Amino acid sequence: MSKRTRMYLYNAISIVAGIGIWWLLALSGLQLPTPPEVVEAAARMWSAGIIQEDVLASLQRVLIGFILGSAAAIPVGFLMGWYSIARGLFEPWIQFFRTIPPLALLPLVLVLLGIGEVPKVSVIFLAAFLACVISTFQGVVSVDRTLINAARVLGAKDGTIFARVVVPASTPFILVGMRVGLGSAWATLVAAELLAAQAGLGFRMQQAQIYYDLPTIFVSIVIIGVLGLVMDRLLLFAESRLTGWQERR
Amino acid sequence: MTDTAGPKISISGVRKVFSLKDEDFVALDHVDLDIADNEFVTVVGPSGCGKSTLMNILAGLEEPTAGEAFVAGTSVSGPGPDRGVIFQQYALFPWLTVRKNVEFGLKVAGVSKTERRERAEHFIEMVGLSQFADALPKMLSGGMKQRCAIARAYAVNPSILLMDEPFGALDALTRVKLQEQLLDTWSREQRTVVFITHDVDEAVFLANRVVVMAARPGRIYDVVDVNLPYPRTEDVRLSPEFTELRNRVWHSVYHQQSGNVAGTASH
Ligand SMILES: Nc1ncnc2c1ncn2[C@@H]1O[C@H](COP(=O)(O)OP(=O)(O)OP(=O)(O)O)[C@@H](O)[C@H]1O
Ligand SMILES: [Mg+2]
Repeated sequence: MSKRTRMYLYNAISIVAGIGIWWLLALSGLQLPTPPEVVEAAARMWSAGIIQEDVLASLQRVLIGFILGSAAAIPVGFLMGWYSIARGLFEPWIQFFRTIPPLALLPLVLVLLGIGEVPKVSVIFLAAFLACVISTFQGVVSVDRTLINAARVLGAKDGTIFARVVVPASTPFILVGMRVGLGSAWATLVAAELLAAQAGLGFRMQQAQIYYDLPTIFVSIVIIGVLGLVMDRLLLFAESRLTGWQERR
Repeated sequence: MTDTAGPKISISGVRKVFSLKDEDFVALDHVDLDIADNEFVTVVGPSGCGKSTLMNILAGLEEPTAGEAFVAGTSVSGPGPDRGVIFQQYALFPWLTVRKNVEFGLKVAGVSKTERRERAEHFIEMVGLSQFADALPKMLSGGMKQRCAIARAYAVNPSILLMDEPFGALDALTRVKLQEQLLDTWSREQRTVVFITHDVDEAVFLANRVVVMAARPGRIYDVVDVNLPYPRTEDVRLSPEFTELRNRVWHSVYHQQSGNVAGTASH
């Protein structure tokens, strides 16, 4: 058996054992739904179209916020790394907002922007933006000087150096920032939906809580975890494809 | 652009001071040197004596604090494709394959794809990396990286080559092979070469002139003319004249008297 398959085997054993313990706890009188009850609830919600609707609503928000946040963060991070004026102007605000959990801005955003999609998307935007902007900036300032010099002596001017040296050299940093940003955006979104939404995975849990509907809560938790994991793995895959040239690992 | 009358490279009164936290560090002081067109000059000296700093100034990557460097009669104000540079730390683009690294300068210059391919191929073959043309730098050993950097600098066909310990990480065999290739290319295509090394044998074997530098402050300590015939063959390497010159340079490098500043270093 290869090292890898053995690893997968351990993973599988761990998952099965975890579900087994959960089942035992449920049977031993704790107020937990059993795995079959959760599966049944999931099937019911699926055929009623609830899961699809929730997943769609949540994913839509997180992706719009995440894509806009990253798309804004990358140029801002590059500007900050390249021009000291931009750094001086942006840095205080970024440092300030970085210390505030994005969710803590929700009350303010709700008052200012109402209760539609905009406030939730803007909070996610901020979460993704802050994580990505800082690592992009760090990527740009840590580009090896000798690589820039090597490009210069080969005749490259600023524009070429930027596109062919600075951008590829900072890609690993940007992707790490995007992964952190996506994780933070997903966590923020679900919490935001608990507080203010008419659809979505967080909203569903909040509704279920009112009716003590534990199977529904479990279904939502599992979906949130699985979707978060899938999105993270997709970015990890992109990372390994785009930054495989790195010396380490 | 070529000023045939004057020297190809002229360094006059160059001083370089790095401002550190609490003091100024004089990396180069009173450096004067003229290098003729098509001359092969090697620079030796103890670590930290400012060899790389001097090369960066010639490359246009660093500005002298005082004094000036001229290339073909024009004051150096930035890098240019007339000067090819091989850095001490290879400086290969890690995200590009060997071939793409070698093609980089040609691409920047707008050379057509087929010609780029052809020229890159030629220089990759010259440094013996044909089998690794599509490998990323992380797959290469130190010596192979250095050979790739050499091919990259040669590919843009500069009239001046500034080489900072280019053969430092190579095994003896590859080193001798590349030394011979370098001399061969140099004598055929006539380039001006400034070649930094810490290997006294190499310095004497390659050069028309060996410039010996001293540290604290970085300065030119001695200039030794090497009147040995080209092509430099094994026989030259084993000749008594070679040994004598080598001993002289060795003495200059390893038994430097402090405070001895060579007067004028130019021809
Ligand atoms: N950017 C810099 N800032 C401060 N000090 C510097 C800088 N670059 C070089 N120095 C100092 O200047 C001196 C000369 O450095 P340089 O790299 O030119 O030496 P070198 O002769 O090439 O040495 P080596 O043989 O080890 O490569 C060193 O003492 C170094 O610490
Ligand atoms: Mg050096």
